[in-house]
Amino acid sequence: MAVGKVTFTKAEREKLAQLLWLLNWISVLTGVILFSLGLFLRVEIQKRQEVMSDQEILYVPHMLITTGLVACCINFLGGKICYECTDTSKFLRWKLVLLPYIVCTFFFTFCVLVGALMCYSIRNQLEESLFLGLRNAMRYYKDTDTPGRCFLKRTVDLLQMQFQCCGNAGYRDWFHVQWISNRYLDMTSSDVRDRLRSNVEGKYLMDGVPFSCCSTLSPRPCIQQQVTNNSAHYNYRHQTEQLNLWRRGCRQALLDHYTSIMRSIGLIVLLIWLFELLVLTGVRYLQTAMENVLRLGNPDCESDGWILENSLAETARSNFNIIKNLGKCYQVDDDPNINPVS
Amino acid sequence: MVVMKMKFPFEKRVKLAQGLWVLSWFAAVAGAITFTLGCILKTELRKRAEVMDNTDVHVVPNTLMLVGLASLGINYFAGKICQDALDAGRFPRWKTFLKPYFATSCFFTVLMLLSVVMSYVMKGSLENSLKIGLRNGIRFYKDTDTPGRCFQKQNIDRLQMDFQCCGNTDHRDWFEVQWISNRYLDFSSKDVKDRIKSNVDGRYLLDGVPFSCCNPSSPRPCIQYQITNNSAHYNYDYQTEELNIYLRGCREALVHYYMGLMNTIGAGVLTGSVLVCLRYLQTAMEAVAGQENTEIETEGYLLEKGVKETIMEYVDPVRMYSHLTRLRP
Repeated sequence: MAVGKVTFTKAEREKLAQLLWLLNWISVLTGVILFSLGLFLRVEIQKRQEVMSDQEILYVPHMLITTGLVACCINFLGGKICYECTDTSKFLRWKLVLLPYIVCTFFFTFCVLVGALMCYSIRNQLEESLFLGLRNAMRYYKDTDTPGRCFLKRTVDLLQMQFQCCGNAGYRDWFHVQWISNRYLDMTSSDVRDRLRSNVEGKYLMDGVPFSCCSTLSPRPCIQQQVTNNSAHYNYRHQTEQLNLWRRGCRQALLDHYTSIMRSIGLIVLLIWLFELLVLTGVRYLQTAMENVLRLGNPDCESDGWILENSLAETARSNFNIIKNLGKCYQVDDDPNINPVS
Repeated sequence: MVVMKMKFPFEKRVKLAQGLWVLSWFAAVAGAITFTLGCILKTELRKRAEVMDNTDVHVVPNTLMLVGLASLGINYFAGKICQDALDAGRFPRWKTFLKPYFATSCFFTVLMLLSVVMSYVMKGSLENSLKIGLRNGIRFYKDTDTPGRCFQKQNIDRLQMDFQCCGNTDHRDWFEVQWISNRYLDFSSKDVKDRIKSNVDGRYLLDGVPFSCCNPSSPRPCIQYQITNNSAHYNYDYQTEELNIYLRGCREALVHYYMGLMNTIGAGVLTGSVLVCLRYLQTAMEAVAGQENTEIETEGYLLEKGVKETIMEYVDPVRMYSHLTRLRP
């Protein structure tokens, strides 16, 4: 009981081959699109890699890039095969290659699907990575004289200005970190000494934020020092003041940014996967139709094409038996010349 | 008195037509690029329209867009003429069309060269416009409650952050303007009263700048208040501190940016050379017309008569027309 049997006349076979040739070339283009999407994602992640603690998220763009390149090669080969399959004599050349090609392409489309799903599932890992990365970046904000960390201040400032965010979860994160270097603190001043003594680790903590947290939407000049002290500023209540500083945390801002990019990329990759599946089905039909033509002997007659010759269960069983018997190349018990029954 | 006569055998005519066809397609692409550049320049100028006092400088992108479109059309027809040029039977239908075509093409080539010159000439006007626009922007920075001016603060802040600049000429422009609104000043405080009394206009002036002047590349947290007072901050010297706030003025930054955009014009040369070759082809083909043997050698030239006589030839019909319209009451 064949699965998905369709009968093809000679003209239909030729039309199918031509159509598949065209579709394979379009698939080469989609492979290029896949490659460039992976490249774009990699560049975007690389731009902000200083605020990400681990680089595992790079698996997603790398997967897309390799899949794109492999897609180009496979579909280029597929196009060549389909072009020559219109003619039964040329088909003989490709006969042995075609079934392995179809199996490989089937596994490859599976990889494309995995790539698409990875785009959607990476969110949690990204959030964790951003949380740790931003926490470290804020901790080392003041270390502009330490090699390896001297540009972290600039990076964090530009990040906060560009994404319109402040701190890790909110602006209060800056209150728990010493973000002013000791080089610029007057240790002889009583105010500084009081602050340093007020906490266990001897850090200069204050209820102030860097200038990059200031919101451009505020109608009044930015209040970045003594943010929680209502009496320090005229006509100011920090509980009701919404526009003074950016309210959103940078972790949320970056997460939203990357999630939206990866969602769109994931959608495009899913569409490409569906298209590849369609092309693969067409190639399978063409292969089985051409093989049946050869079996029948007459190149001009009608032939059947199918996806599977027998039902799914029988095909699985027969393949399983083949794999089981692969190891046994030589049945000692069956050979009549050994231990002949006298 | 023929101007720049050249001999053209048949093969040379063929080569001229083919080369010219390719050249005219390149020039059409260049025309499209010029049009796109004009659009980009216009968009960029409109983005910052709030800090410009007048729109005089918009004549440069407008001319570029006009010339780009015209060049596209002109070179398209040049290509078509070249295709028909080698067929002596099809060439005559272009004959009546060619004289006005050359006149308009010369006009647009001159216009394109003029736009290149204009972009340099407009620099002074742009600078003036920006000077007035920025001065007003800084003056109305505090008026976030006045309708029509409530977005000035946001615009100036974004401008200073995007272009990495501070103030009009430099950061000291902020010292001469009250940029903190009276709504946020405590008039019962002694400090505020002293500052207001210290100048004739009763304005609250201070040696501070808005946060958007702060430079993220500075190794220390931004010092935006009491900038000139060395003793107010630890380990700080106003004269040697270069990274704290942006030292460049916004006027200079914007002029630099727009001049950089306007200096990317160069397609005028290409269109000009296409025209010269086309003229040679036309005159060579004219000599062939009516001959039985189309493969003979002919002469081509730029102008049949001298330069002065050719100009008179074009101007006379225009003069006669204006004379006639003047006679009629």
